Amino acid sequence: MATTAVTPERANYLNAEYGVKSWLLTVDHKRIALLYLLSVTVFFFLGGFFALLIRLELLTPAGDLMQADTYNKVFTMHGIIMVFFFLIPVVPAVLGNFLMPIMIGAKDLAFPRINLLSWYLYVIGGLLILHCMLTGGVDTGWTFYPPFSTSFSNTKVVEAGLAVFVSGFSSILTGLNFIVTVHRMRAPGMTWDRLPLFVWANYATSIVMILGTPVVAITIVLVALERTLHLGIFDPKLGGDPLLFQHLFWFYSHPAVYIMILPSMGVISELITCFSRKRIFGYKFVALSSVSIAVLGFLVWAHHMFVAGMSLYAGLIFSFLSFFVAIPSGIKVFNWTATLYKGSISFTTPMLYAFGFIGLFTMGGLTGLFLAALGVDVHVTDTYFIVAHFHYIMVGGVLMGYLGGMHFWWPKISGRMYPEFWGKLSALIIFLGFNLTFFPQFILGYMGMPRRYWQYPPEFQILNVLSTAGASVLAVGYLLPMIYFIWSMRYGKPAPDNPWNAAGLEWMTSSPPPTYNFDETPVVTWEAYNYEELNKKKEVPVER
Amino acid sequence: MFNNFPLWPERASSLAPGVDALYIFLVILSGFMSVLIFAFLLFFAAKYRRRPGVLAEQIEGSNALELTWSIIPMFVFLAIFVWGAALYYKMRTPPRDATEVYVVAKQWMWKFEHAEGQREINELHVPVGQNVKMIMTSQDVIHSFFVPAFRVKQDVLPGRYTITWFKATKPGTYHLFCAEYCGSQHSGMTGWIDVMEPAQYQAWLSGGTAVPAAQVGQQLFASLGCVTCHRADTQGRGPNLVGVAGKPVLLEDGRTVTADDEYIRESILNPGAKIVAGFKPIMPTFQGLVTEEQLNELVAYVKSLNQIPKPTSVTQNNSAPSGAPQMQVQ
Repeated sequence: MATTAVTPERANYLNAEYGVKSWLLTVDHKRIALLYLLSVTVFFFLGGFFALLIRLELLTPAGDLMQADTYNKVFTMHGIIMVFFFLIPVVPAVLGNFLMPIMIGAKDLAFPRINLLSWYLYVIGGLLILHCMLTGGVDTGWTFYPPFSTSFSNTKVVEAGLAVFVSGFSSILTGLNFIVTVHRMRAPGMTWDRLPLFVWANYATSIVMILGTPVVAITIVLVALERTLHLGIFDPKLGGDPLLFQHLFWFYSHPAVYIMILPSMGVISELITCFSRKRIFGYKFVALSSVSIAVLGFLVWAHHMFVAGMSLYAGLIFSFLSFFVAIPSGIKVFNWTATLYKGSISFTTPMLYAFGFIGLFTMGGLTGLFLAALGVDVHVTDTYFIVAHFHYIMVGGVLMGYLGGMHFWWPKISGRMYPEFWGKLSALIIFLGFNLTFFPQFILGYMGMPRRYWQYPPEFQILNVLSTAGASVLAVGYLLPMIYFIWSMRYGKPAPDNPWNAAGLEWMTSSPPPTYNFDETPVVTWEAYNYEELNKKKEVPVER
Repeated sequence: MFNNFPLWPERASSLAPGVDALYIFLVILSGFMSVLIFAFLLFFAAKYRRRPGVLAEQIEGSNALELTWSIIPMFVFLAIFVWGAALYYKMRTPPRDATEVYVVAKQWMWKFEHAEGQREINELHVPVGQNVKMIMTSQDVIHSFFVPAFRVKQDVLPGRYTITWFKATKPGTYHLFCAEYCGSQHSGMTGWIDVMEPAQYQAWLSGGTAVPAAQVGQQLFASLGCVTCHRADTQGRGPNLVGVAGKPVLLEDGRTVTADDEYIRESILNPGAKIVAGFKPIMPTFQGLVTEEQLNELVAYVKSLNQIPKPTSVTQNNSAPSGAPQMQVQ
């Protein structure tokens, strides 16, 4: 583009105001998205640091890098930070916050101040967990199973619980905000069947957030009550039932997986359509599969408990239901693949991430079948097999979607282009590093290595060394985008309004968008992914 | 074949081949599905890569295809469900002729007590070809009894019994792991299962001077005063316990429960919970007065009352013949 640098910068949300106060008191959803971006990135690298400590300890069979208690605190922190402070907020709170209002043609979310409150709650929760970490840490695992957590652990369980409790309200409020926004704020003509699939996915996620999160909040309060006041709720010595905790915990924490993965699935639908220049194959099926995943996701929680001491019949029912949640996930994968058919496919960084997502999510999803199958689950549950499985979904899937989305919308967010070569390289490194890290863990798990082991029998070493080697590759892959995104904010080429010639209202406003997103409220007269018309227009070339 | 790089642990129990068969089926199925999807992705990516002048063809979708890729997987999933469920049913249903081992797990130790009275820590000797039922409880937090070579795993909970079983098919020494995170030394809560030839096992059994669990239980039954109410006739203030174990019991509130291990255990710790029809809730609780091991021995004694009038010393010999036909099957 021959844009001259002489023209004064257009008014946009970034240059509308300056100063710390203009950020900390902002009610602009785009600025709040950036606040989230900064804070989740901090937690991602903190959680990643703990992951590296885990992998380093497991390089040798003996527990030699740190004490057993330290190791237990390290994997607990890794889990709590990655689940509650990174994976759950990352896509909805960063990309969702930034894009949802623009995608439906609104000026902001329905409750801008509540949106800011969500971020503050998240930050308070984050500070509480940092405080917990610095004053001794917690060693229960992110699952907080009693009676260990309530009667036996000598660490800061209540403090960690409080952090999760507070950040949970951030989720609830974000979910509420999104639901009301989608119902009430759509631009004229933006009917439900014209919504971008990213909006559908976040809408479904929001339902899970507001229905599930209160349950985990209550459960944490019960743990705190038993721990501090010795009320007998979960500990059998006090008259409680430890399985009750597991039911309550997984009633939230299984759907929480869908809070993480659904928004990323929404991202993938946007990427696949744009870079194959096609409308999505089976729009209604992809949209409704998000909703059915959200609903079915609430009916399968006890598949985490097949060896926990539940009755045989409960096991049978939950196994049966678990297979059904795999069907809508399959529908998505098949529809994305079918969307490529007769497309005009280009291999930009976001598209490479989308391919990576489909690859890793497919493997994560298929290995889920092993765990839903009762007889095999008995052997592989609580081993590295399950660790590998959920990392394929939660890290492979969610992060590929998130990074794909970050690259795709970075021109819109920052007004700058990222360096395409480095982008492609990062996608490749992450894909290879990820598989090297986690694929050996499937075999390790079937061989019988239990999870959360600080030391292990020597025959498991080779696979652990491979996994640790992969983790160091993965670390490089994750550092790269952070470096070049920061670099591009100053040195990147200025982004045109629609560098990808993509469909969607967010590409019809300037890059970066003005504070109220659109100069005039758009009127929508077309369907989502109207690439037919866009393809006829001359494509805006992207300088690479 | 994979001596240097095994892909699954030793198959050393009667359940292991079945679990591996389903596992291998799933590996093949998911391998096939992955290759199929990746092949389509790569094929489309290559064939429909962007070329100047060629526009994408807009396709709305296809209900027929959507139904195909919903319904076919559904039937495949149903088949996997049934297969997995059949295995699980087998795992969760101990054969009637199984010998019993009582397990008490604690931070960070496995304690075993054989019906014959041998006690072991972090090591369990079992004979090849014998069904062994593990009756497990925990003294503190949740643990999990996991023997990869047997493909057996069961959480061990405080305050109740959980059950698992296996039949070892191959002599050897196999890992025992705690698979549920239980605190500092979770990864140190490991042990060994020694599977022995029946003759060797008999030699091992007769090595010590162990008193059978039921016999210890009988002594406890007397010393704790249980015997004063639970008499072997109908005159006691508590129910006669002879022949009760494993049978249905009619309760005061009209319900019927089976007098399994869990019920006997509960009746000792929390006697008021399920009162037998015709009796008054006068029994005091023994919570805190008996250890987990003593509780197991009491339960073993109550169960041994089914074999009355044989004298207890015969019980020990009984277990050998009941296991013998099994050995020949192997």
